Amino acid sequence: MKKVYVNEDWCLACHLCEYYCAAANSGATDMIKAFKSGKNPIPRIQVEEGSEVNFAVQCRHCDGKACVKGCIAGALSITPEGVVVCDENKCVGCGTCILSCPFGCIVIDEDNHRIAKCDLCTKNHDGEPACVQGCPNNAIVFEER
Amino acid sequence: MGVEFIYPEFEVIRNDERCIGCRVCERQCANEVHRYDVERGRMMSDETTCVNCQRCVSLCPTRALKIVKSDCTLRENANWQNDTIKEVYKQANSGGVLLSSMGNPKPMPVYWDKILINASQVTNPSIDPLREPMETKVFLGKKPEKITRDENGRLITDLPPHLELSMPVMFSAMSYGSISYNAHASLARAATKLGVYYNTGEGGLHEDFFKYGENTIVQVASGRFGVNEEYLSAGAAIEIKMGQGAKPGIGGHLPGMKINDEISKTRMIPKGTDAISPAPHHDIYSIEDLRQLVFSLKEATNWEKPVIVKIAAVHNVAAIASGVARSGADIIAIDGFRGGTGAAPTRIRDNVGIPIELALASVDARLRDEGIRNDVSVVVGGSVRSAADVVKAIALGADACYIATSALLALGCHLCRSCNTGKCNWGIATQRADLVKRLNPDIGYQRLVNLVTAWDHEIKEMMGGMGINSIEALRGNRLMLRGVGLTQKELDILGIQHAGE
Amino acid sequence: MNYVIIGNSAAAIGTVAGIREFDSTGNITIISDEKYHTYSRPLISYWLEGKVTEKNILYRPADYYEQNNVTPVLGRKVTKIDAANKSVLLEDGLQIQYDKLMVATGSKPFVPPMNGLDKVHYHTFMSFDSAKAIRSEAKDGMKVLIIGAGLIGLKAAEALSAYNAKITVVDMADRILPSILDVRAGVKMQKHIESKGVKFILGTSAEEFTEHSAKLKNGVTVDFDMLIIAVGVRPNTELVSDAGGNVDRGIITDMTQKTSLDDVYAAGDCTVSYDASSDTNKILALLPNAYMQGEVAGRNMAGREFRYVNAIPMNAIGFFGLHIISAGSYDGEEYVEETENTYKKLVFRENRLVGYILIGDVRRAGIYTSMIKERIDLGEVDIDMLKEKPQMMMFGKTRRLDKLGGITK
Repeated sequence: MKKVYVNEDWCLACHLCEYYCAAANSGATDMIKAFKSGKNPIPRIQVEEGSEVNFAVQCRHCDGKACVKGCIAGALSITPEGVVVCDENKCVGCGTCILSCPFGCIVIDEDNHRIAKCDLCTKNHDGEPACVQGCPNNAIVFEER
Repeated sequence: MGVEFIYPEFEVIRNDERCIGCRVCERQCANEVHRYDVERGRMMSDETTCVNCQRCVSLCPTRALKIVKSDCTLRENANWQNDTIKEVYKQANSGGVLLSSMGNPKPMPVYWDKILINASQVTNPSIDPLREPMETKVFLGKKPEKITRDENGRLITDLPPHLELSMPVMFSAMSYGSISYNAHASLARAATKLGVYYNTGEGGLHEDFFKYGENTIVQVASGRFGVNEEYLSAGAAIEIKMGQGAKPGIGGHLPGMKINDEISKTRMIPKGTDAISPAPHHDIYSIEDLRQLVFSLKEATNWEKPVIVKIAAVHNVAAIASGVARSGADIIAIDGFRGGTGAAPTRIRDNVGIPIELALASVDARLRDEGIRNDVSVVVGGSVRSAADVVKAIALGADACYIATSALLALGCHLCRSCNTGKCNWGIATQRADLVKRLNPDIGYQRLVNLVTAWDHEIKEMMGGMGINSIEALRGNRLMLRGVGLTQKELDILGIQHAGE
Repeated sequence: MNYVIIGNSAAAIGTVAGIREFDSTGNITIISDEKYHTYSRPLISYWLEGKVTEKNILYRPADYYEQNNVTPVLGRKVTKIDAANKSVLLEDGLQIQYDKLMVATGSKPFVPPMNGLDKVHYHTFMSFDSAKAIRSEAKDGMKVLIIGAGLIGLKAAEALSAYNAKITVVDMADRILPSILDVRAGVKMQKHIESKGVKFILGTSAEEFTEHSAKLKNGVTVDFDMLIIAVGVRPNTELVSDAGGNVDRGIITDMTQKTSLDDVYAAGDCTVSYDASSDTNKILALLPNAYMQGEVAGRNMAGREFRYVNAIPMNAIGFFGLHIISAGSYDGEEYVEETENTYKKLVFRENRLVGYILIGDVRRAGIYTSMIKERIDLGEVDIDMLKEKPQMMMFGKTRRLDKLGGITK
């Protein structure tokens, strides 16, 4: 299954992936609209900055799937392709998946009392996820491994 | 802190309707022009340190930024122009030699732009490069005067060593130190992929790049940095650098702060010490001395590598080239006065040397006149900007061209001409690890390959238009060129006729 | 193969998932005394509060049973397991044969004997029916007395505050949420919940109930329109113990979730689990634990061999907008940071992180959880980074790239 991977040698901690991600998942048609309409778009990808290396982290769609198994609302599920997705109507924002995710990849959407997570942009558009498209240094790739 | 005489050259124009405060401009500016004002919740800028490298403009995800030339102006004066006055202010302030980078920006004549290329019509057919074979492969090195045979009548094919180029373009010398590890990696990988050569410059060869040796020209310059037997043997050819177009007559200076562990190891000098290349080679005061070095290097490498001698285009370049051709060199590289550099005194860069077009024409003519043109190949550089410049250079007599500024542009350089600060925001002319990282060689090498491949297509198209299907048939074919707006003297030196003649 | 599952919540659904991973054709029957399609028990407070619709309280989609080829037998109670004949007996007399049986019976509210309680009307809060009963009697501005300041009692308080109820919570302990918080964190949460209008009377208990009023042992009298008893729960173990299976505080299983009875498995709140963080056996009444135990049991029931390891106590919950995530054991060397709105406590023992409490800022807490579960030695991480916040950066490059699947040069 194709997943998003980050090569920390090339991550510049420019944080653009977070903005492209947030905008793509905001439902707005462009980034200005996404950020300038009073809402607070939530990125599903998070950049960690270090003194020497930086990298972005997002859902690994891992084998453990502790988030799906632990979800109290049955909001998280796995698509036939293996993508972990969240039914935003069902999620109550309890945080059990945040407690469970070993990578710290699930974020809280406080405004909407639910969580937000990477679904590889399957809901947003075809082709490559927004973070991959927006990375200026090819540090984020979408590939099979 | 006294009065600041100089108003910032650029203004950052930020469209607040578009700015979303993502702060990428702030994070990506090594000159710290941008900052986020938390209290006001918006981005601010201080243009005093802006070099107009366009990094922020390029990365801004909402195109909220543009950098414009400030229209704050001094009173107009054709003699005392703004820049001239500001340079006086700078020197009155610092007391130092003005330093600058990249090529001469002054409005000197660009002869390439006054030369036009011929095309076939009716009587001699043009050739479609998409349908018919078109040869741009070039061999550099000594060519035998005549065919010789052994007693059995078989051809004697023992030739002196040559460089084989898939097309007549190479990346010219840029040292590891003046440019980054990742810039070097990009050049090395691109040269290998393209079947051409890149050049180490005088900075030695990092151990990681020995594997690209077959496509590497290793340079020996006056500082002799990083030169040892292993280094000389690693490359496909050795270049002796006598001069550089951007700063003829002077040496080089890489400040100690740029000499980090890796560069120290590669150059074989202590970490943190200034790397000073003397103005002359202290063992070369004559053509005979040069010949000694040429032969020493050949001897050291088992006579397997062609030796290039690189000189700056200066007033008596033709006579110098004639001497170089007789020194035993296989290839002469001539660097014109618009050539780039990582750092040069501004006065030298802008006032010393001559245009490459004139130097090339006179060198080629001189070597032909003396019957020694086939003893050497001629490579020219110093602002070869496009495939058209390459075609014109070949027609004027060059065997191949060196490009560097174009290559850096492909890597992201925006010609802000601030290489000497060491804070290149594009990760090219810097050794700061966080900045070097910005140039991913996976991207850089592909862009270089794209550029040179595109030029190859264009060269073939122009050749086809002239009805020429081999680059050999174009070389020195000045009948394919015409001048416009040139004096008779200029036409005579270039050896071409005026348009309409 | 005939699989029979008693219970219809997380452990049961986990069991179905475990079975179906390896056996797509065997017959699965789910029997439950509740009449509902599988629903999320923890969501009853959200439903009561009006944040979740009756449709969204479902734990799995409406076509779940068909999709997974499961026969639901709902609203009917199992009264007996006949281990010798491998069958279960329902109260209406129906007998169902099994090859493999799962007991996922969960727990029931514990209502201790209290003076006068038998004469007053009260509620518990553990099932959808109990939530419906509360909603049917809820009135705007009513006075509510909740006995028990644990997770269930406080979730009921939060839900009922949506009815502008005047809520008093009484607990025998001197602090709230003792099962998941330490004293300082408890005080912090108490202040937060009090700021939302809930009144606590702690360190005392009801001496006597009369109609709409409770007299406490400290002499205070609390009037109420509605009484909710939420002092604790007890595992439903009788079916197994009656059939001769080993039962302690909960049903005893081995690491494959099998009980002492042949072909009888158990999972979820009715069982005793091994807590890897404190190296003790205890009841871990947590939904993720129930599901994963069920899943392991299901795989074993389908003939594979799996073991359930690394269970630890853990909780993610929020009250009135303030999030809590906690996990592991609190016995060890402590590192504490506290601000007005946040609390962080990390507990170290034997050079490992063994437990933590986060209040307010719970971002990326799972990284801490994984450190406890994976028993990662502190020598392998940057301790300053660990203390600063949960982050992948704290791991050495090798482990980090391993986890994130990154590229090495």
